[in-house]
Amino acid sequence: MEPTVPPRVLVIMPAWNEAEAIGETVREVLETSDRYDVVVVNDGSTDNTAQIAAAAGATVLHLPFNLGVGGAMRAGFKYARRLGYQRVIQVDADGQHDPRNIDDVLAGLDHADISIGARFADRGNYTVSGPRRWAMVFLARVISSLARTRLTDVTSGFRAGNERAIDQYLDHYPAEYLGDTIDSLVVAVRSGCKVTQVPVEMRARRGGKPSHNPVKAAIYLGRSVFALFFALTRKRSHIASTAHDLTGA
Amino acid sequence: MGNIAAFLLALVIVAMVIEMLRRKKLREKYAALWLVVGIATLVLAAFPRLLNIVAEFVGVQLPSNLLFIMSILMLMGVCLHLSWEISVVEDETRTLAEEVAILRSQIEALPASTLPPRGNTIGTDFRTRPIIGAADASNEGPDN
Repeated sequence: MEPTVPPRVLVIMPAWNEAEAIGETVREVLETSDRYDVVVVNDGSTDNTAQIAAAAGATVLHLPFNLGVGGAMRAGFKYARRLGYQRVIQVDADGQHDPRNIDDVLAGLDHADISIGARFADRGNYTVSGPRRWAMVFLARVISSLARTRLTDVTSGFRAGNERAIDQYLDHYPAEYLGDTIDSLVVAVRSGCKVTQVPVEMRARRGGKPSHNPVKAAIYLGRSVFALFFALTRKRSHIASTAHDLTGA
Repeated sequence: MGNIAAFLLALVIVAMVIEMLRRKKLREKYAALWLVVGIATLVLAAFPRLLNIVAEFVGVQLPSNLLFIMSILMLMGVCLHLSWEISVVEDETRTLAEEVAILRSQIEALPASTLPPRGNTIGTDFRTRPIIGAADASNEGPDN
């Protein structure tokens, strides 16, 4: 790869029954920059998510059954590793993440291994309340102190990673309970990945319905604490200290 | 010869486990536990006094309670073991699913011209081979 050409970026989009929004989201990302490749991980959808995504220009990974966001992301990371991508970014299929922010979030990788597009960092008007907010604030405090940097939105799925981050994600399997966000982040930090955050705005979702429900929020709080506890007691991964180690591929 | 019914029951269980093992319907690692239990039951059924002696030795007043607590512990152990095994299997299934998804996307991305002849050096003639053939069937060796 020539140093003058910016490396290609793999945009990983986990999708489970996102037929309503996926086509437009994929097209929007592809239009934003020509160095983005989109891979849609079709997580056992029962609608025509896969066909719409493929028609919009994405590569589609068909998981034969539903594995959840964590499992879908892992498949995406594995694909990135196979094809030798050096930078990946996770973007929601429902259009909540603005493709124009992808470059900003990727820029965070210049001085860190993982870059999070954070929703509360003084931009946008994304708000939550009640137990869900307490959980987020609590998690943000704990993980900030672990990562030794100020993180305000640790559950954001809008995340970029470099090769070290991919290695780490592939080594540590995202577990069920919020594994794709908290668990993977905590283990990554403990394994020596540097984390940073970039403020972004969130948009309203294009399709599907949001989950606003106090009971669900309380369950979310409980699960986060549970996930955090296990993440803290997990074994750390041994990842290469150099960023360009491709021997395991 | 105290309890003939219990003895016969234990005998049937042991025989079933051995038969399943013989027909490869049960792996050794699961069978071992059941064999131990079956043989212990056999011994206890043959010599019911043994239970009283053990109960007195351990300090349990009612010998049947000793039997119950042992069965409960054993069943818990089996359940835990099975949960563990199923977690391993789930992990393996997930890895396979990822692999299949990636391979499928790569196959779909292959240009049509490379398919029938041996155009590519890797994965040359996988399309010309039958998916399940004699080679696969004969592969069914003993446990690994």
